[in-house]
Amino acid sequence: MSKARYLNLGFKSLTFLASLSVLAIIAGIFVCLLWESLPALRHFGIFKFLFTADWNYAQESFGALRPLTGTALTTFLALLFAAPVAVGTAIFLTELCPHRLRGAFGTAVELLAAIPSVIYGMWGLFVFAPFLEASVQPLIGKTLGLLPLIGFFFQSKLAGGVNVFTASLVLAVMITPFIASVTRDAFNQVPATLKESARGLGATQWETIRQVQIPYSRQAIGGGAIIAMGRALGETMAVAYVIGNRHAPLDSLFAPYATITSVLANEFNEAAGLQLSSLFTLALALFLANFLALYLGKKLLKKEL
Amino acid sequence: MDLLEVKNLDFYYGSQKALADVTLNIRRNAITSLIGPSGCGKTTLLRCFNRMHDLYPGNRYAGEIRLQGRNILSKNEDLINLRSSVGMVFQKPTPFPMSVFDNIAYGPRLKGQRNLSFLREKVEKALRQAALWEEVKDRLKENAGGLSGGQQQRLSIARTLAVDPEVILFDESTSALDPISSQKIEDLMTELKKDVTIVAVTHNMQQAARVSDYTALMYLGSLVEYDETEIIFTRPQKKMTEEYVLGRFG
Repeated sequence: MSKARYLNLGFKSLTFLASLSVLAIIAGIFVCLLWESLPALRHFGIFKFLFTADWNYAQESFGALRPLTGTALTTFLALLFAAPVAVGTAIFLTELCPHRLRGAFGTAVELLAAIPSVIYGMWGLFVFAPFLEASVQPLIGKTLGLLPLIGFFFQSKLAGGVNVFTASLVLAVMITPFIASVTRDAFNQVPATLKESARGLGATQWETIRQVQIPYSRQAIGGGAIIAMGRALGETMAVAYVIGNRHAPLDSLFAPYATITSVLANEFNEAAGLQLSSLFTLALALFLANFLALYLGKKLLKKEL
Repeated sequence: MDLLEVKNLDFYYGSQKALADVTLNIRRNAITSLIGPSGCGKTTLLRCFNRMHDLYPGNRYAGEIRLQGRNILSKNEDLINLRSSVGMVFQKPTPFPMSVFDNIAYGPRLKGQRNLSFLREKVEKALRQAALWEEVKDRLKENAGGLSGGQQQRLSIARTLAVDPEVILFDESTSALDPISSQKIEDLMTELKKDVTIVAVTHNMQQAARVSDYTALMYLGSLVEYDETEIIFTRPQKKMTEEYVLGRFG
């Protein structure tokens, strides 16, 4: 074989090894998580572990229900807050913003995504939480809080502003730019003639956006939202700052609570035995949830067009 | 009085002049073809008739276009109203991401029509006019994206018909279709001119000769010659027209 062919073969093997190492790392992490989770899974059983709310160091009784629901709830609320803002931003960027300002606005939105999450956490804890506690919480308490049956959930009970609501809002700010940029790309893919067809039938710009453009892009928007959800699920630092990591029943939107990530960040250092294994099980659950979110999101994004 | 009267029309994309002093009258219940080499301004002219250019910033008109005597370039023109009386069909089909029924009912619903039995009638009538009813009458609830390309294009035509336009503009509406589907659209155009006036931009000279009653040749933003199709293709006045229809330039 000539030298060139040897080099070519070497090059091929090198890139193959590089991509193989990525797979190996993922597989390795999965196996480690599973291995370390086994003691807890054996001791409590999967079902009991997932549906028990206990988190008791003294009695070595651990259940994932609170961190799981905490993660689900903060992620859900974050998406609820972020999606309308992100879609609105994308509409403005693609349809309404004067051409001269598009670049500047677009970059500003992307900059939001470039801020390290620990900074979001600090900002959330020192600036945002006190602000929400002083202004938004009393307002919601005085309105939604007065509703029969569900009103209690909107009453402030503990001071500090460190709670599920604050964590969800901080998460929402963090995932907004991602959803906005995916949505913007999707809107840019809508054929001009499709919009013109709607306008040609007498639709206003708003009717065209709402009835044609958003439905046309809904898969991509959904895919973006699900990938953003994956990020929110796994977001650690910001949430660890503002959720409070409290193992107690959730009796209010404005009460501290725990998420998978807050539990991991706060307790990993000092954990041993069953608690450590339980933390690994939580990590495994997060890993799988993230994996699923990424898979579903990509699938939806790919189906587009 | 002709349905559309274009008088001394200039059009600018920003500072670039795309139409220069175009004057022509579009006859009622006839098919008028706009032909000419790429960039000659035929599509630009077509898009003046429903003021589609207004969707983008920096575009400017000068001169007059009268629709039934009313100057549609006037500042007070109600564009929503104008666009429902001047429909448009594009090169590629543009089914909305909704059911066949909802596609056709889209225009009437925009006008506030909510009565379901009225809408059903309207949808059936428009689909029959567009020669699509027999093919889709059992698929009205399916997503319009599932129809074939030719069916989607007839759907786009039916959707336009459902708002009772005076004029339908065809912007190379058969160029993305296979020969059989194109033939169906051509037959349909001939059928439709009983009810509406048609202005069609086409690159296909045979098509212009086959289906249209009048033909206008444009070149570099100006109107070269405009006459009955038969005259344009057999004994044009201008040398340029003769060379163009014979395929010697373009």
